[in-house]
Amino acid sequence: MDFINAIILLLNYIFVPALAYGSQLALGAIFVTLIYGILRFANFATGDMMSFGTMFTILFTWYFQSVGIGLGILPTALLAIPFAVFFMIGYMLLIDKFVFKYYRANKSPPVQLAMVSIGVMFVTQAVVRIIIGPSDRRFFDGEKFLIKAGEFKEITGLNEGLAIKSTQVITIFVTIILVSALFWFLNKTKTGKSMRAYSDNEDLALLSGIDPKKIVIITWIIAGILATIGGALYGLDKSFKPFTYFNNMLPIFAAAIVGGIGNPFGAFLGGYVIAFSEILLTYAYKKFFMYVLPQSMEPDGLIQLLSTDYKFAVSFSILVIVLLYRPSGIFKGKVL
Amino acid sequence: MRKNLNVIAAYSIMMGLIILVGIFQSWNIALSIFNLCLISAVMTMGANIQWGYAGLINFGIMGYTALGGLAAVLISVNPVQEAWSAGGLNILLSLFLIIGMVLAVRYVLKKYEKSKNRTYVIATIIILGIIIIRFVSEPGIEAIEEVDPAKTGFLGGFGLPIIFSWIVGAVFAGGLAFIIGKVALGLRADYLAIATLLISEIVIAIIKHEDWLTRGVKNVIGLKRPAPYEVNLQQTDWFINLVEKFNSGKLSLISDLTDRQSALNQLVIEGSSVFVKLCYSGLFLVVVIILLILTQKALYSPWGRMMRAIRDNEEAANAMGKNVVKQHLLIFVLGSAIVGIAGAMLVTQDGLFTPGSYRPMRYTFLIWVMVIVGGSGNNFGAILGGFVVWFLWIESAPIGLYLVNLTTAGLDDTHFLKVHLIESVPYFRFLMMGAGLLLIMRYRPKGILPEKIEIK
Amino acid sequence: MAFFEGSNMTGGYGNGPDIINACSVNVDRGEIVSILGPNGAGKSTAMKAMLGLLNLKSGSVTINGKNITNLSPQDRVKEGISFVPQNKNVFAGMTVEENLEMGAFLINKNYMTIIDEIYDLFPILKEKRNQLVGELSGGQRQQVALGRALMIKPSVLMLDEPTAGVSPIVMDELFDHIIKVKRTNVAILMVEQNAKQALNISDRGYVLVTGENRYSGTGEELLNDPRVRSSFLGG
Repeated sequence: MDFINAIILLLNYIFVPALAYGSQLALGAIFVTLIYGILRFANFATGDMMSFGTMFTILFTWYFQSVGIGLGILPTALLAIPFAVFFMIGYMLLIDKFVFKYYRANKSPPVQLAMVSIGVMFVTQAVVRIIIGPSDRRFFDGEKFLIKAGEFKEITGLNEGLAIKSTQVITIFVTIILVSALFWFLNKTKTGKSMRAYSDNEDLALLSGIDPKKIVIITWIIAGILATIGGALYGLDKSFKPFTYFNNMLPIFAAAIVGGIGNPFGAFLGGYVIAFSEILLTYAYKKFFMYVLPQSMEPDGLIQLLSTDYKFAVSFSILVIVLLYRPSGIFKGKVL
Repeated sequence: MRKNLNVIAAYSIMMGLIILVGIFQSWNIALSIFNLCLISAVMTMGANIQWGYAGLINFGIMGYTALGGLAAVLISVNPVQEAWSAGGLNILLSLFLIIGMVLAVRYVLKKYEKSKNRTYVIATIIILGIIIIRFVSEPGIEAIEEVDPAKTGFLGGFGLPIIFSWIVGAVFAGGLAFIIGKVALGLRADYLAIATLLISEIVIAIIKHEDWLTRGVKNVIGLKRPAPYEVNLQQTDWFINLVEKFNSGKLSLISDLTDRQSALNQLVIEGSSVFVKLCYSGLFLVVVIILLILTQKALYSPWGRMMRAIRDNEEAANAMGKNVVKQHLLIFVLGSAIVGIAGAMLVTQDGLFTPGSYRPMRYTFLIWVMVIVGGSGNNFGAILGGFVVWFLWIESAPIGLYLVNLTTAGLDDTHFLKVHLIESVPYFRFLMMGAGLLLIMRYRPKGILPEKIEIK
Repeated sequence: MAFFEGSNMTGGYGNGPDIINACSVNVDRGEIVSILGPNGAGKSTAMKAMLGLLNLKSGSVTINGKNITNLSPQDRVKEGISFVPQNKNVFAGMTVEENLEMGAFLINKNYMTIIDEIYDLFPILKEKRNQLVGELSGGQRQQVALGRALMIKPSVLMLDEPTAGVSPIVMDELFDHIIKVKRTNVAILMVEQNAKQALNISDRGYVLVTGENRYSGTGEELLNDPRVRSSFLGG
């Protein structure tokens, strides 16, 4: 019995939250990796682009709520996302046209494009704050829990409760669908394969008659979908605050690089690597050991490897270690 | 002379703008902008050495700035005796353990060939080390943090004049840069950018959460000053006389004696804070000029030529027998040390250390905007960038407000759009910075004052 | 008039100096033509000029009598000109079959039959169809590169040093494959460092020096020409 309690404890505090957080990071990391692989620069505007998409999701959610359209037990935001994606793609294509295209045509070095993306970061951040303000916003509605801790205890008769938030389930579910669709697109369709070819060897792709303009547009469209959905899911699960989104760029970069930048599948797994290590290393295992160890051996301290204050530091340390020992990332395999 | 005309013109315009602020807003505001412009200039010089001279991207400026601030606290604050006796021993012991751990790892690295076993041994040393250090330090940290937590709860510093911290800050920042450089300089440019950005976040996380060191987010206030205090000045005779002499024309117009006295008092209060700021300006100006002379000398020295050669063609420089890795490390340390000085200067001026205020937008990306806008590779350009961008950063709110009022002039004062826009005025600075950066990068990619190397 | 012809081509990269000067090269279908010459003679440049990778100051390029001097490389591909670069001539992160599919990017109809033809030509590729090209040997990679270029069923195939960096045995094998391709009525133009071996399988050859035609003739003529032998073929 104690053993089952211990397992439920880990599920409740580590596995489920890490899976949801990892999915959110994974979407962002695929976004970073796509831009890096095809447009060939590190996009420092990542976090702010995600917050831009989330902002539109919130605005549409408010609109739908005000006219009384909803999805019942599901959050209204799910209905708002497609509209937000539409605006987001428009914004990205606009930025590409007026900002990035010039440097691409001039074959500027990646460093210069990265600098330019910092300009975009400033502008996007300003636009988001001017439109929706810098404060914390919650836009979740609908049923909050799929399983409540109390109910779970009653049904199973265990000491430990398992609470599963509906946003966690939605996050994981949407991520699976989106990522499968993306990999199907990249690996099975002609356009997707041509994107991979372009990322692999640009000159040869041009010689094969692949149209770079089309590739760039499709990349921004996919990026827009990923950024909006990734951002909206994070906002639903936690809350929306522009500054938090800006900071999220850091673990997202970590995930993309850990997975081998330019490799979407690596980025996907990288998101979970970062999420799980953050949570595993900062969780206090005292209660877990109380269940599995005999009474005489019960620990005094919290059995916490690192204080939760260092959550970010964990992912960055992993990143630094990976960069030093395996700069190409821990997941080998195909580029894009 | 003629070829320096644009430099002189650019600086004259900049000083003119600051003087205009002094006339139209207040001298207090003008001087505080000027002082921060000087500090920004020191930061941009540091970043410019790395990027402009050597082409190294360092997005960790925030971390070095914070280390400079940390130095200011550790140097100037008086030691907290109770805290030292409560847990000082444990902290010192932990420090020795950390040094021991590093030495052990180094020993293993040197002694044995690269192999899987070696990696495992190193990992074991580190993990064991962390566990032992935690055991040793934990009681000490708890004891220290319990010493009068509302006021101290930390070890304090050495109680020396705060000016010393400018040098110590440079040493701290340089030391961190040495470690980072040792491990990360081999990375590709954009990876280096990301790695340094993340490492600077780790530095901030440590400073924020290790309360025994600098009270963490509880801040350290009331640091010693290298300049006189306003309150003292206001009661000093020579200062009051000075203010009176300075404003004699204005004062003589007031006939009533009590009125004149109160006007004088007002002027003394204003004057005292202007005077204090001027003291800081003087100190900062000395630093900027010394650094400028040194960096200019370096730029035109054989060493500067070699650095440019490495920047422009690493392989060729390598082939000619220049040790690229060593030179990169050197310049990485030097540039970071300069940023460390600026960090210490900043805390000196503010008189307080607030770890929570270190954010990458303000302390990393803004500095980069300064370098790019000013002109990378050119010290005068970098300093000008610091001035221009800081000036705009501060003055963008009034400018934004003016623009909002202008464009919404037709709307009613209570119109929701106008209210919303006026509330958002603080964020126009981001917009201006971003737009400015994008425009400069597009139409004047080498900055306002581009790099110009004359062969002497 | 030959099928694919570059006549009196003069030009260089960007605004740089002219690398080729009044250089003329032509090739007919079912023929292998080699461009030879010392290092820096402008061999690859002449080939790239015919592909449209540099702007010609004068001269013209025609295919089947049609003037294509002003077409972009992409448009020349549509005219049936295929090119295999010297380096990075495969998509290393993709499988063999995906490489071939990318070669057929411009073909909208079913290209599976063409892939089967390529597999008949290079049986080893069929065996390794689902392997990443980056994991193949050098000779196999060159076959993938050839196969990719053949996917558009080109009338002209240009090869930039196809045997650079492969062992002599693999080189012979590759030349055999090139001869097989020639038999499918393709015009083949190649730049080669291994001059003797190249001339052995070539119908004709050109020797360029400092961007100008110096000698030309059939493979046999050039092989037996004492001046060519002494200066380029090592006696």
